[in-house]
Amino acid sequence: MSVTTGIDGPPKVAFFNDPRVRSIGVQAILIAVIIFFGWQMVQNTLTNLERANIASGWSFLDTTAGFDLSFTLIPYSESSTYGRAIVVGILNTLLIAFCGIISATIVGFIVGIMRLSKNWLVAKVAEIYIEVVRNIPLLVQMFIWYKVVLAALPSPRHAWSIADTVFLSNRGITIPKFIWGDDAWMIAVAVIASIVAIVVLRTWAHKRQEATGAQFPVFLTSLGILFGLPLLTYLLLGSPVEFEFPEQGKFNLRGGVGLVPEFAALYFALSIYTASFIAEIVRSGILAVNKGQTEASYALGLRPNPALRLVVIPQAMRVIIPPLASQYLNLTKNSSLAVAIGFPELVAAGGTVMNQSGQAVEIIVIWMVVYLTISLLTSAFMNWFNSRMKLVER
Amino acid sequence: MSEIHSQRDLAYVRTEEAPAMPAPLTISGPVGWMRQNLFPTPLNALMSVIFGALLLYVIWITLDWAVFKAVWTGEDRSACIGDGAHGACWAMARAKFGQWMYGFYPFTERWRVDVVAIMGVLALVPMMMPSLPYKRANGIFLLGIYPILTLILLTGGHFNIDLSTWLTIGAFVAAIVIPILLLGFVAKIIQPGHALIASAAIAGVVALLLVVMSIDFGLPFVETSKWGGLLLTLIVAVTGIVASLPIGVLLALGRRSDMPVVKLFSVAFIELWRGVPLITVLFMASVVLPLFLPPGTSFDKLLRALIGVALFSSAYMAEVVRGGLQAIPKGQTEAAQALGLTFWQNMGLITLPQALKLVIPGIVNSFIGLFKDTVLVGIIGLYDLLLIVQAANTDQKWVAPQTHSTGFFFAAGVFWIFCFSMSRYSMFMERQLDTGHKN
Repeated sequence: MSVTTGIDGPPKVAFFNDPRVRSIGVQAILIAVIIFFGWQMVQNTLTNLERANIASGWSFLDTTAGFDLSFTLIPYSESSTYGRAIVVGILNTLLIAFCGIISATIVGFIVGIMRLSKNWLVAKVAEIYIEVVRNIPLLVQMFIWYKVVLAALPSPRHAWSIADTVFLSNRGITIPKFIWGDDAWMIAVAVIASIVAIVVLRTWAHKRQEATGAQFPVFLTSLGILFGLPLLTYLLLGSPVEFEFPEQGKFNLRGGVGLVPEFAALYFALSIYTASFIAEIVRSGILAVNKGQTEASYALGLRPNPALRLVVIPQAMRVIIPPLASQYLNLTKNSSLAVAIGFPELVAAGGTVMNQSGQAVEIIVIWMVVYLTISLLTSAFMNWFNSRMKLVER
Repeated sequence: MSEIHSQRDLAYVRTEEAPAMPAPLTISGPVGWMRQNLFPTPLNALMSVIFGALLLYVIWITLDWAVFKAVWTGEDRSACIGDGAHGACWAMARAKFGQWMYGFYPFTERWRVDVVAIMGVLALVPMMMPSLPYKRANGIFLLGIYPILTLILLTGGHFNIDLSTWLTIGAFVAAIVIPILLLGFVAKIIQPGHALIASAAIAGVVALLLVVMSIDFGLPFVETSKWGGLLLTLIVAVTGIVASLPIGVLLALGRRSDMPVVKLFSVAFIELWRGVPLITVLFMASVVLPLFLPPGTSFDKLLRALIGVALFSSAYMAEVVRGGLQAIPKGQTEAAQALGLTFWQNMGLITLPQALKLVIPGIVNSFIGLFKDTVLVGIIGLYDLLLIVQAANTDQKWVAPQTHSTGFFFAAGVFWIFCFSMSRYSMFMERQLDTGHKN
């Protein structure tokens, strides 16, 4: 009679209860299912495309488009190719995202700080703005801007203007046009030179403070250099850049750069909608900094301004920037709603190409690749930022 | 002290306490409040005046347009045209109200929508109040019985299920049941009794469903292209959220899995949907999805949009649930393992209940986002609330200068009421669930 002691080795387990066997089995089944459905999908798509007489592939990008786009940053005409139409769309998406992000950030920060104001009325106005704007779908707001507000603006003949430089009418926004002269490149050189000078100045000021404790007004000096140097170059060269101001004609605005109403509606709606989310992020970021931090910096002898600048804001930014980046990404993705009002950004331009050429799969692939690139770049930035800003703990 | 200075000697000394004076007007009452909160410094006073004026101006414009100058009654566009009509054309909204709520749903059959709505509200309200009992029964009704009732009531039921469909569904059921039976009787991983009960239950429920679907209740058939307005908006939103929860939980578990293939698949799936705008997903569902299916199969446009919305929102839901899972300490899982619970027992009984409870506000927030996103189905041609409101402008009977603005104002109002009350509910739940660490 033998007694099993259990010390001879691990207890016997049926092979299907072994976690490793199970894990391999589950993964094998998953791979098999994915391959099966993927293969089915590819086969079905090929058959369907063959039936519809659509040749898959990328050669359609060289075909003449034959449609016009209302707003282009690069030369484009009806005789341009589908490929160029899509490039126009990508550039328009980037333009609207860039403009929208800047104004949404400015409005969002102002409203977020207003929301924390001790002035009851100011805080209330900010709260009403946030609660109203955040809870109405962006598309509804975009239509309201496009079909109600902008349509109610005066005709170009009676356009509203800001100091006769920027005009607002029911044909959109008209801004002055820059005409670059021959020596205009010198200004770009001056901008780069001023940035280099600022970096040098900062390093020098930091070293001097470390060594002697004396502070140098870096911010104001930098601001002066950044604007002063290019301005000086501009004046010394004898104004190489001319502005073509829009003029009010009888039926339309002459000259200047016209931004179509679709752009204006998209821009206003995106900025104002995203700003309401940014405001909440800013508010929670500032509230997230412990009050003890301010008190401790006062105890160390910092005055309120440096305490805010050196202690509170850097810590608030650590909380603010990750959700802020995802709001920027949302704004970029939301710019695709332009398809509803006909501003030719990536989805609208691609949609027109899709309708005309029938190359649905290829267009969807282009959309996904462009948006995924943007969002993966954003998350790469976020990871870099988080690892840089991470609180170093024990 | 000496005895000389008794109190009687000092007649000028009060014998009782003086009553407290009311606080000066400058620090109490409305005036004091205003001094403290509106006009503490000159700069603040200036801001108060500016913002007060701005607020009053906006309120005045809105009221003036929506109430004072509005046209309330009228038979057609003539009421809303002319000199007096610079306000909202509510006469149009009243005439179109039914269409905005039900879409093109046949007039005589609209009671079916009402029944669905009333049943939904009656089941949902007790579900949302934490103090009321019978949550489990209510949940089973809401997630199990209510969707089927809705489907039958809204479409009319009496689906024509032919032999090939029976065979296909039967094959699917067999594909699920046979492995369970094999696991029970051959490999003996599951207890044979359990395996038998499980397979009988699956087969029974599927058969019952099919039978119920094919019964003729005498309701006329209403195809989905006639659904519209708020009805369609709510259907898309509710289906999206209900479908996204289980898929989202699975994806979240997959993303935290140790198995590289499962993890990779989940991460790729989540990041793919989260990286692209919903509108491209909807275009894909409406244009490309039919290409992926065997030639000759065609299915409903609404169903295609629902699939797109469900996949899209499940990716977002997965990230919300993952946040909850990360917040549960590892000790919980370890304790469950020490008690001998399997992975799914641990998830179902220990980890997920805690994790999901933690992220209820996040789930509600993603529901709000989804609800607002449903307006995009209008772009692929489904007549949701926003699109049907715009359609009023193409109606010759009602086209007028204020038709657009009235419709948009109405749609914005409806969306705002839904989203705002949901966000308030999520705040309420946050307070309910905040079980400690109050500072």
